[in-house]
Amino acid sequence: MAVAAAGAGSGPWATQEKQFPPALLSFFIYNPRFGPREGEEENKILFYHPNEVEKNEKIRNVGLCEAIVQFTRTFSPSKPAKSLHTQKNRQFFNEPEEHFWMVMVVRNPIIEKQSKDGKPVIEYQEEELLDKVYSSVLQQCYSMYKYLQTLHLQSCDLLDIFGGISFFPLDKMTYLKIQSFINRVEESLNIVKYTAFLYNDQLIWSGLEQDDMRILYKYLTTSLFPRHMEPELAGRDSPIRAEMPGNLQHYGRFLTGPLNLNDPDAKCRFPKIFVNTDDAYEELHLIVYKAMSAAVCFMIDASIQPTLDFCRRLDSVVGPQLTVLASDICEQFNINKRMSGSEKEPQFKFIYFNHMNLAEKSTVHMRKTPSVSLTSVHPDLMKILGDINSDFTRVDEDEEIIVKAMSDYWVVGKKSDRRELYVILNQKNANLIEVNEEVKKLCATQFNNIFFLD
Amino acid sequence: MPPRSSRPRGEGRSLQHRVGRGYGRWAPPQPDAARLSAEDRRSRGGRGGGVAPGSGVRAGPRAAVAAAATTTVRAGFHREPRSTLAAALGAPTAVAAPAMGEEDYYLELCERPVQFEKANPVNCVFFDEANKQVLPEKRSLKLLKSHNLNVNWYMYCPESAVILLSTTVLENVLQPFHFRAGTMSKLPKFEIELPAAPKSTKPSLSERDIAMATVYGQLYVLFLRHHSRTSNSTGAEVVLYHLPREGACKKMHILKLNRTGKFALNVVDNLVVVHHQDTETSVIFDIKLRGEFDGSVTFHHPVLPARSIQPYQIPIAGPAAVTSQSPVPCKLYSSSWIVFQPDIIISASQGYLWNLQVKLEPIVNLLPDKGRLMDFLLQRKECKMVILSVCSQMLSESDRASLPVIATVFDKLNHEYKKYLDAEQSYAMAVEAGQSRSSPLLKRPVRTQAVLDQSDVYTHVLSAFVEKKEMPHKFVIAVLMEYIRSLNQFQIAVQHYLHELVIKTLVQHNLFYMLHQFLQYHVLSDSKPLACLLLSLESFYPPAHQLSLDMLKRLSTANDEIVEVLLSKHQVLAALRFIRGIGGHDNISARKFLDAAKQTEDNMLFYTIFRFFEQRNQRLRGSPNFTPGEHCEEHVAFFKQIFGDQALMRPTTF
Repeated sequence: MAVAAAGAGSGPWATQEKQFPPALLSFFIYNPRFGPREGEEENKILFYHPNEVEKNEKIRNVGLCEAIVQFTRTFSPSKPAKSLHTQKNRQFFNEPEEHFWMVMVVRNPIIEKQSKDGKPVIEYQEEELLDKVYSSVLQQCYSMYKYLQTLHLQSCDLLDIFGGISFFPLDKMTYLKIQSFINRVEESLNIVKYTAFLYNDQLIWSGLEQDDMRILYKYLTTSLFPRHMEPELAGRDSPIRAEMPGNLQHYGRFLTGPLNLNDPDAKCRFPKIFVNTDDAYEELHLIVYKAMSAAVCFMIDASIQPTLDFCRRLDSVVGPQLTVLASDICEQFNINKRMSGSEKEPQFKFIYFNHMNLAEKSTVHMRKTPSVSLTSVHPDLMKILGDINSDFTRVDEDEEIIVKAMSDYWVVGKKSDRRELYVILNQKNANLIEVNEEVKKLCATQFNNIFFLD
Repeated sequence: MPPRSSRPRGEGRSLQHRVGRGYGRWAPPQPDAARLSAEDRRSRGGRGGGVAPGSGVRAGPRAAVAAAATTTVRAGFHREPRSTLAAALGAPTAVAAPAMGEEDYYLELCERPVQFEKANPVNCVFFDEANKQVLPEKRSLKLLKSHNLNVNWYMYCPESAVILLSTTVLENVLQPFHFRAGTMSKLPKFEIELPAAPKSTKPSLSERDIAMATVYGQLYVLFLRHHSRTSNSTGAEVVLYHLPREGACKKMHILKLNRTGKFALNVVDNLVVVHHQDTETSVIFDIKLRGEFDGSVTFHHPVLPARSIQPYQIPIAGPAAVTSQSPVPCKLYSSSWIVFQPDIIISASQGYLWNLQVKLEPIVNLLPDKGRLMDFLLQRKECKMVILSVCSQMLSESDRASLPVIATVFDKLNHEYKKYLDAEQSYAMAVEAGQSRSSPLLKRPVRTQAVLDQSDVYTHVLSAFVEKKEMPHKFVIAVLMEYIRSLNQFQIAVQHYLHELVIKTLVQHNLFYMLHQFLQYHVLSDSKPLACLLLSLESFYPPAHQLSLDMLKRLSTANDEIVEVLLSKHQVLAALRFIRGIGGHDNISARKFLDAAKQTEDNMLFYTIFRFFEQRNQRLRGSPNFTPGEHCEEHVAFFKQIFGDQALMRPTTF
């Protein structure tokens, strides 16, 4: 057990200061083998963002990265440099496949202060970025490059390190009904190879393996679902609905694929994804179909092109069943909420992650929106969480870290058999023993059904 | 109790009693009746006297009906001594079996009929012995009660002890009486609606068109109506009037025959069997199957297509030498057949009495709708093995049913299963509450063959099914989950061997992530055997260890197991913290923990553990030293060797 008092810097919210969060400066992929000779350097570059950058500058930046990696290799042949810290920005290097390099350049957060003479003074916050967070982001970029993910670097934190999956809590019977539904659909639409089921952007069932689901989940929750928020919010009487008189019996609709099934020219194009099976990558079409808050992903082999007829059949098979199921889940969820909701708002916030099933749970984060994931706590506290996590990664043993942060906050990190729990407590004048007791209480109420050491 | 040929002679009385009334010859439609009446009367007359049917009673000014249902029947039920009978029935079954290729006869005559020998006319008198009306020593009867009524004809049902009297000119007002414990009670009379008939013929209710039988525990009066009352449909129909113990008789069911001609009725295994002489086929009706309800009456259609009764070969009687003769095929649907309720067919010309039986196996292929098939089978007496074979069949490669069908079948099975479990439970609760003495109505629920529990399904269906290599594993898992879903839906606790079957199947196909998700949502219920199974999977799937520990924790009766698991993983400190957390640290063996700590070769850990137990000794016994009973000498020596004597805790005195 370690106790540290983290004297975080004075409040950055002073009036005359302006703060700028970290931002993506550039992102590029290159392979040194593609243009080894002078004058052909441009061939090395496979992708460069932003594309408007002048060609020579691109080549210069790539060349610099190459040089740094080569140079650092002399010191550590097996583990070349992962990041380069400079005053203004930080560069992250990742070699996911041999000779293929992905580089991400992130600008450090900036505080703009007014000097006495009124001139703005820019201060770079070099130490604010956590290497681990952003190298995780970069690794996920590789995993997701098929998904054309947009990066939201201003809101990366601990959850991005975990890359976890939030599971929807559900009673056994409703869960079995969902199982039954999936099995029936897979039977009647036999080209469907894998299925995943989500509710409220939380996972309930994955037919994919864990690692593939992790990436798909990230894509769905940070990219696809947020993009489709608007029609959802518009409600059932939205014009989109009115265009489809065929499905008055249900609320199902395609999130990927044809918008209007009655349009004979509707395009049946679905995004393609790659999943990792035993021997090779498997290419699949991703069909995402949603009714109310329940979303189902159907994955079919990329060699089979889904037709409009197939989509209509899927709509007629899945739509009515999924609508019923979604309202069942909603009902069950409300019953459960009523049963547990009697307690008053707790005095703490927590983040939980289990490496074994990638389950994550956070009361720190609000619902994710297309652009930002909102946290309800101060960024300094989030940084402390990141630091504790780095400490945890260094040792294999179970351990516990309690940090007294500025103001009245206590931050507790616990690690027990591949599970991590971070608790943020706000209790005035609490001492170490009291904090420890609080956390014990939390474990007893929130995690009583798992083996979590005190 | 239907008569069986194997019964000793002395029990003939019950048989005779039943045969008293309630039989029917082929019932022709009304217009034919006039034409046939002469022949009919002759045949009846041939059987002679007693309470003569037909004109005799009707002409009588007032027939007094005594409570004792006395009747004389002229058929002598003379049976051969058993040995002869055995010889007569000794014909090998292979001979009796039809040489037909068709396998779908769902009705058959019993293998061992009662055989009548030719006899001189004998008058037999039948008495109701049970009601203590017969006084054999005085050779007299006791009059219980008398009612004066104009009676055309009557019918008696011995099973329910109800007599039905036909009154009024049209003969269609029926007056039932019920006998019970020496008393006779008059039930409300009711009228049978006669079909509209041409003016030329006077409509009347013929005795032959009426039968009484118990179907699903309820007494029904069955009326064979040759012409439907509604003009648009021509076929004959059977109308079932429900005759309750109390209250008025009510028309409940109409069985649509869709044909005309001569019919005869039987009731077998709660099924109404209607024989049709013209086509020599029979159909069956099940009033529990869903029909069309028009607000007051339910209309039923035959459950199955019409089929003949399975051809029957008359076994050759006589010495064994003659059995080489080819057996004589029996004429089925012969005009000499007489049927009695519920399931008796007598061939007057050949001298046989059969019980009609239903064969379930051929029905499986005649009823393609599996849900309806299950509804039908679950109501039959000898259904268990047939149902299990249907289940196996629907999971076989060639006849594989779709998942919704499989789900329906499981739901129907579990619905029956749950009904039985509930009855058992309320019985057990009532017994516990001591109501068994006060309430004589309390009876232990009967477990019928329709109750198929988890071990039946596991043993006969699922265990063989998961072994089939050619089955896609997706289907196997879907079926298992469907069965578990169905059990859960009926709130039946799932047995752990079903969970083990799921785990086994998932592990065989390396579907560990699927298994993980099932456990995460507690689809596979916690149990110690399951936790141990998970522990054994750790080498194939590391997260199984965590899942197992979680499960042991939830069981809350497996704390010792948790400690063992942690110690085996060399997590000595974790084990100690766990046991301290649940307050069990005063009773644990110091030696066990010190052994484990020493094995880790982590001296600091050993120090910590050692010091913990020294402190425990101090707290419990006032001295940090270990007692000889704890067998820790070796560890004390080890501690001294590494940390020196001075590191041992000193006894503190207060």
